[in-house]
Amino acid sequence: MASGMQEKQYTPSLLSFFIYNPTFGPREGEEEKKILFYHPSDVEKNEKIRNVGLCEAIVQFTRTFCPTKPAKSLHTQKNRQFFFEPEENFWMVMVVRNPMIEKPNKDGKPPTVEYQEEEMLLFNGTFSRAMQAGGVELLMQKLEKFFYRYLQTLHLQSCDLLDVFGGISFFPLDKMTYLKIQSFVNRVEESLSLIKYTAFLYNDQLIWSGLEQDDMRILYKYLTTSLFPRHSEPELAGRDSPMRPEVAGNLLHYGRFLTGPTNLKDPEAKFRFPKIFVSAEDGYEELHLIVYKVHSLVCFLIASVELTREFCEQLDSLVGPQLTLLASDICEQFTINRRISGPEKEPHFKFIYFNHMNLAEKSTIHMRKTASVCLTSVHPDLMKILGDINCDFARVDEDEEIIVKAMTDYWVVGKKSDQRELYVILNQKNANLIEVNEEVKRLCATQFNNIFFLD
Amino acid sequence: MAEEHYLELSENPVQFEHASSVNNVFFDEANKQVFAVRSGGATGVVVKGPDDKSSVAFRMDDKGEVKCIKFSIGNKILAVQRTSKSVVFPDKRSLKLLKSQSINVNWYQYCPETAVILLSTTVQGNILQPFAFRNGTMSKMSKFEIELPVVPKPAKLSLSERDIAMATIYGQLYVMYLKHHSRTANSPSAEVVLYHLSREGSCKKSHVLKLNTTGKFALNIVDNLVVVHHQTRLCPEHPPAPVLLLHRPLVFPAGPAAVPSQPPVPCQLYSSSWSVFQPDIIISASEGYLWYLQVKLPPTVNLLQDKGKLMDFLLRRRECKMVILSVCSQSAYLTAGSLPVVATVFDKLNQVYKDYLEAEQSYTQAMESGPSRGSAAQKRPVRTQAVIDQSDMYTHVLSSFTERKGVSHKFIIAVLMEYIRSLNQFQITVQHYLYELVIKTLVQHNLFYMLHQFLQYHVLSDSKPLACLLLSLESTYPPAHQLSLDMLKRLSTANDEIIEVLLSKQQVLGALRFIRSVGGHDNASARKFLDAAQQTGDQMLFYTVFRSFQQRNQRLRGSPAFNPGEHCEEHVAHFKQLFGEQALMKPSTV
Repeated sequence: MASGMQEKQYTPSLLSFFIYNPTFGPREGEEEKKILFYHPSDVEKNEKIRNVGLCEAIVQFTRTFCPTKPAKSLHTQKNRQFFFEPEENFWMVMVVRNPMIEKPNKDGKPPTVEYQEEEMLLFNGTFSRAMQAGGVELLMQKLEKFFYRYLQTLHLQSCDLLDVFGGISFFPLDKMTYLKIQSFVNRVEESLSLIKYTAFLYNDQLIWSGLEQDDMRILYKYLTTSLFPRHSEPELAGRDSPMRPEVAGNLLHYGRFLTGPTNLKDPEAKFRFPKIFVSAEDGYEELHLIVYKVHSLVCFLIASVELTREFCEQLDSLVGPQLTLLASDICEQFTINRRISGPEKEPHFKFIYFNHMNLAEKSTIHMRKTASVCLTSVHPDLMKILGDINCDFARVDEDEEIIVKAMTDYWVVGKKSDQRELYVILNQKNANLIEVNEEVKRLCATQFNNIFFLD
Repeated sequence: MAEEHYLELSENPVQFEHASSVNNVFFDEANKQVFAVRSGGATGVVVKGPDDKSSVAFRMDDKGEVKCIKFSIGNKILAVQRTSKSVVFPDKRSLKLLKSQSINVNWYQYCPETAVILLSTTVQGNILQPFAFRNGTMSKMSKFEIELPVVPKPAKLSLSERDIAMATIYGQLYVMYLKHHSRTANSPSAEVVLYHLSREGSCKKSHVLKLNTTGKFALNIVDNLVVVHHQTRLCPEHPPAPVLLLHRPLVFPAGPAAVPSQPPVPCQLYSSSWSVFQPDIIISASEGYLWYLQVKLPPTVNLLQDKGKLMDFLLRRRECKMVILSVCSQSAYLTAGSLPVVATVFDKLNQVYKDYLEAEQSYTQAMESGPSRGSAAQKRPVRTQAVIDQSDMYTHVLSSFTERKGVSHKFIIAVLMEYIRSLNQFQITVQHYLYELVIKTLVQHNLFYMLHQFLQYHVLSDSKPLACLLLSLESTYPPAHQLSLDMLKRLSTANDEIIEVLLSKQQVLGALRFIRSVGGHDNASARKFLDAAQQTGDQMLFYTVFRSFQQRNQRLRGSPAFNPGEHCEEHVAHFKQLFGEQALMKPSTV
């Protein structure tokens, strides 16, 4: 065990990340032109060119085996490379150093590359769009700006199964409150015609999304791992703190903007909101993201045009009071739910659930997930087993069940039924296979009796 | 719009011989009968009631001019008054004085519906003394004073019986006082003052209806609305132009209403010889007609711009259903910018709907528990037209609304969700056809993710029809399959359907596992499963399923063989062909 601890010092880490387009420098001597972005940037030019060339060669070579499905990753003794072609001829490559343990850590990486691309897409539109707008120069600037920050938020060592799923945690809510929210959303969208979509989160859990699922998935990740953590500081600072600017003179409600102006009363306030690109019938549409928050209830509204002070004031006066009411309704539900679920005693099992159909995820393993740290209550080795089971599930379409007895006396059970996956970690040292099976059945009967989950 | 009348006279008036020198006409408010007395009764008395059945014709001796003539209830006793101090009953009967009160009376009014008599006392006549007749006894209620516009000096009779009327409005007895405008007093126009006469006996001034005009008035109560007739001379050179004036509706409980009157509406049938009786009768003695006054609701919808108030008004009218539904589906109302109004209207309708459902439910419960002691005589609640249920809304408003051109789908969905929200708020079980309408609309506009979320939060409640609808969506939206199965599972009465779904998807093992988990394996149709397994072409699957049923047979009947009734001969043959006779499970082997 002691030696194992030593080995684990080599956690997976990002060695390099680069984006290139082979068509930009097809001739010899022009190879550098292919490279649109390279991290880390202080690598010597020739090494950059060499690495890009190598990737190009691998992709070309493997293409001969399967022209429609190019290689996704290459695993070597020291590292693993991931290849992703988000748009034609644009390649994103990520090189990750393997942890120094026998088994490669399979979880997390391939989807992460795609998220980057998607989030990039969300905030910047497509590569070719940027090309059209300002040529390669602009594209490179944009890439630099985006990935410089994004790669800092990437914490490969704490990636686990949840990052593979990229799911959405939904907030449980009763029908009536849900309908009230519907009513609110419809009224807001009716009276503020600039608002195209609305979505709702409570406690970082999604309640309602007017956006399509794919867009919501990326936005959700951005909000929960990037935007919200950045804004949690002022909240914690408390009511009387000068960091809560809007409370003074606005006793009617507790709403405030997380994007755009921090203080509406400020004559110097800027009314600039982040631009996002969401899928539309004809490609992508460019929209503005307004994130508005009351207590733990976050409502984000997505408008189609540039916004003015008048609009923000109107929105604040319309949405603020109603949202304050809704927030207290939902908060009440929240406490009721907590009371029903009982005192938080440690159950003898922990689970992760994911549904591919609605991206719903649920975990009793993760205590708190933030951008930088992912606090899990189980040993990383067990998390790795989950990742391995997930990889096995991905290979076949059929329903499957895998039961693993881990080294540390834990039982790990993976079940796949239709589009749903369930991973259970049981701490029953002396249990046999049948008992474990029974235990999982019981868990399904109590936790998942309202869905069709075959056992 | 100004041409439209809010009021009309009944289509089939009661006809009688018009008043003339040889024919006297009398009206009895209690029985609503018109008496046409020819030549003092010698050549015939024709009595016409509110309906044809109550018509009576007879003759009586002419013993002088008849001053008043009435039947008792049920036409049993006829009373004729020929002089001011005597009443004759043609049948010889004895009459007994039960109770007497000694009061100076100027005049009286009697309300047959509530059996309350109102006496005008004192010199000015404005102290009114009501008496109630109940179960053969007469009880004195507390007297009250009518405020006169001017107090005459010296005192003289100032309150005329023509200006007082009694009427029941929303089940409550009111004394209506027509307070004329007076030049001396500071009252610019006439008004109707309502005094509420409660059962406890007290009388309070409750409402003042400002008429904003002067002239001659008459009052009626139609469908719980106070109707003020107004006769005025518009041009001196023309004959009197009668007009009908509908006062702004009195909506209870709205507090004293001081509202401007509506523009007068000319009515061709209006004649200066009309007499008005309570609550809603107009008689033209010279023409020989008795009409009932009726409210014509459709034109009234333009009276109130506030749709919430309009609903309050309409929901209290007798013939309101179609008018309310037409207001709901009116394009002017169901257009953008009006969601809060839509919500208010739905809530008002559903409040009435819910009240009815509750009354109905408590009635059913009372009936089921049997005629117990106490309130044995609970009446079945009457379903008035104001009860607008989901099927009414679906048929007359929502289904056509979802197909309306030029309305954004966002708004259509918002309206549907608002209706469902309102039903839920009143804890009314939503019918599945409303959900189907929502689903249909969402699917039409490719809003599958929205649909998915609604189902995820059980906003669209589970039902077999809904689950089947979802199944049918699978080809356009694959997750509908999962949603449907989940729903069937939750229903817990749809296990057969789940099996069918799984088998149709060739998920034979899944179906088998499911039926075992719900304990239905013993009664399952082996043939159905073996058919499905055979169709997959997967030999190992067929083997597994076949074996599973053989084991079941062994367990149930002590033999692995299939019963002839199960019709599995074909599958046994198939099994033998694939795996050979020796692969069949033998009874002895287990």
